[in-house]
Amino acid sequence: MTLSVGDNVNVEEHLRRRRDEGRPLLVPYLTGGISADWTRYLTEYARAGADAIEIGLPFSDPILDGPVIQEASDRALRRGVTVRDLLAEVAAVDVGVPLIAMTYYNLVAQSPDFCRGLAAAGITGLIVPDLPVDEAAPLVAAAEAAGVALTLLAAPSTPADRLAEIARVSRGFVYTVSVMGTTGTEFAESGGRIAASVRALTDRPVLLAFGISTTGHAVTAAGHADGVVIGAALMRRILDGGTPEQLGDVLASFRRALDDSVMTREQGSRVPADRS
Amino acid sequence: MREPQNGRFGDYGGRFVPESLIPACAAVESAFREAWGDPEFRSELKRLLAVYAGRPTALTPALRLSAELGVTVLLKREDLAHTGSHKINNVLGQALLAKRMGKTRLLAETGAGQHGVATATAAALLGLDATVFMGEVDIERQALNVFRMRMLGAEVVPVTGGTRTLKDATSEAMRQWVTCVDHAHYCLGSVMGPHPYPWMVREFQRVIGDEAREQCAGTPDYVVACVGGGSNAAGTFAGFADTGATLVGVEAEGGAAIAFGRAGVLHGFRSYLLQDEFGQVSEAHSIAPGLDYPGIGPEHAHLNDIGRARYTVVSDDEVVPAVHRLARTEGILCALESAHAIAWVIRAAGTGELPAGSTVLVTVSGRGDKDMATLMGAA
Ligand SMILES: Cc1ncc(COP(=O)(O)O)c(C=O)c1O
Repeated sequence: MTLSVGDNVNVEEHLRRRRDEGRPLLVPYLTGGISADWTRYLTEYARAGADAIEIGLPFSDPILDGPVIQEASDRALRRGVTVRDLLAEVAAVDVGVPLIAMTYYNLVAQSPDFCRGLAAAGITGLIVPDLPVDEAAPLVAAAEAAGVALTLLAAPSTPADRLAEIARVSRGFVYTVSVMGTTGTEFAESGGRIAASVRALTDRPVLLAFGISTTGHAVTAAGHADGVVIGAALMRRILDGGTPEQLGDVLASFRRALDDSVMTREQGSRVPADRS
Repeated sequence: MREPQNGRFGDYGGRFVPESLIPACAAVESAFREAWGDPEFRSELKRLLAVYAGRPTALTPALRLSAELGVTVLLKREDLAHTGSHKINNVLGQALLAKRMGKTRLLAETGAGQHGVATATAAALLGLDATVFMGEVDIERQALNVFRMRMLGAEVVPVTGGTRTLKDATSEAMRQWVTCVDHAHYCLGSVMGPHPYPWMVREFQRVIGDEAREQCAGTPDYVVACVGGGSNAAGTFAGFADTGATLVGVEAEGGAAIAFGRAGVLHGFRSYLLQDEFGQVSEAHSIAPGLDYPGIGPEHAHLNDIGRARYTVVSDDEVVPAVHRLARTEGILCALESAHAIAWVIRAAGTGELPAGSTVLVTVSGRGDKDMATLMGAA
């Protein structure tokens, strides 16, 4: 089935509902066009319990990405993929969870209709890591008009007044970055602080991202935030030849660990240690 | 050429960086604004530029070349500055600023290696650590400068991603800055990057234009400089923006953002950018590694749009003969980058673009020692 714009899932409503059910949110990342059958990773992720999926639209100069996602972007670009082709492929699959595009501002700024193009493909969220809140006004308006949630990032270095502004302007959720570094940097537990600060400012879902590579990290991170984004750890496996089914299994282990952690917490026991 | 409004030159510039770098950029902006208004900082920089970098640099009338071309050519000799190019002007300013901000380490990107050498030099002088990011391709073709940087105590980090030239070295420097903003200053080498860099680097380079204006008897009809990111041009133009001089920036044909690019956002700023129809940034190609960059500083984009400066293009094929001609007529072996400005003067002299009898000031941004291996290959 092809999703029409009218059927589009609202990212924030969807994530809020799942969070309010007491479920730690799990959002995996995939570099669009990484392989000919790349959309199969989307369906496997969804089947494994993803609450939304972040799709990277590859850019030649990914300034906030570490070596793994740089390599994935390069590989996809060498396959000759374009945003237009990727969106057409996304439009042809029914994944069943909200899809969120992640890409850099130069690709977004190519067309005033960029957000409408996303919505037409069934993508209802957008993350632009090199577009800070101060520069975001034009895109905020375009995204809103297209029914796309523009999600902003908050970093450990963000001062309190900016955090409040980011929490106010961000839609869908707030994307908190756990470390001062790029994607794939080692997870630091201190990163939980930023998520906790944002949670105190907004009741929008708050996800913690960057460097979450083990189920133990995910459980720790989900203790501070409403959920986690997992990127480089999955892309590393895909670059090494992991199939959609194998990646589905990997994600399912994160899902189980997060769900178990809630049960454990509800039973008043300790959060389980790293079991990955 | 004034301070940008809200970090913008017309539609260009801005601060398009990840949230994690915003506080660092804001800190550089306020520190620079405060330092630039502080007579003590200004006089310390002026002193270093004089006793260490050898300023003011000479203004040399190129008598034999002028006679051959039928125009009066004046050369602003940045090749005579310490380390062999104008890059030292900016780096001394930023290194002093870094110390004032309590930073202990400088990060830099480099293409030709000139900015890297200047950064390594200033770091040695002021007791700072230096880490220089350089594309693998450039490490190979500028081996001499790599050796110089290491002699000066800098760490040179090869960049293996993407095109392995200046573009990717810049991306990597920005990525690494995120991880060490608490103790490191990003010493960006041209009038590009997020606000305040395009403005700050132009202010540190305006010493070229300010000196030249004093040294020229009267205003030249034309003021010419090569443009990679555009710092030697911006510094030169700054001294003449309020005169009637025609300002000419010369880009390398394979890196000509204004001639062949369109507006885009890369490395924290909006400007003209070489990119494909889908917005993927194109690879620049130039015999001059310092001009191998797909973008151009935002103020140049603005000066172009408002018609205050013109931007033209010179090919690799015109550049090598220009190096030889300046060497034979004036005894000056200039850098391949600087030779773009010379090549334009040679091509345009006596045409409507640069009529016979005009006076033309040309900035020789650097000396050619670093390019000898390339020139030996091209011979
Ligand atoms: C000698 C020389 N001239 C010019 C440039 C280009 O830089 P900009 O356009 O910032 O002056 C470089 C850069 O490496 C250089 O080394």
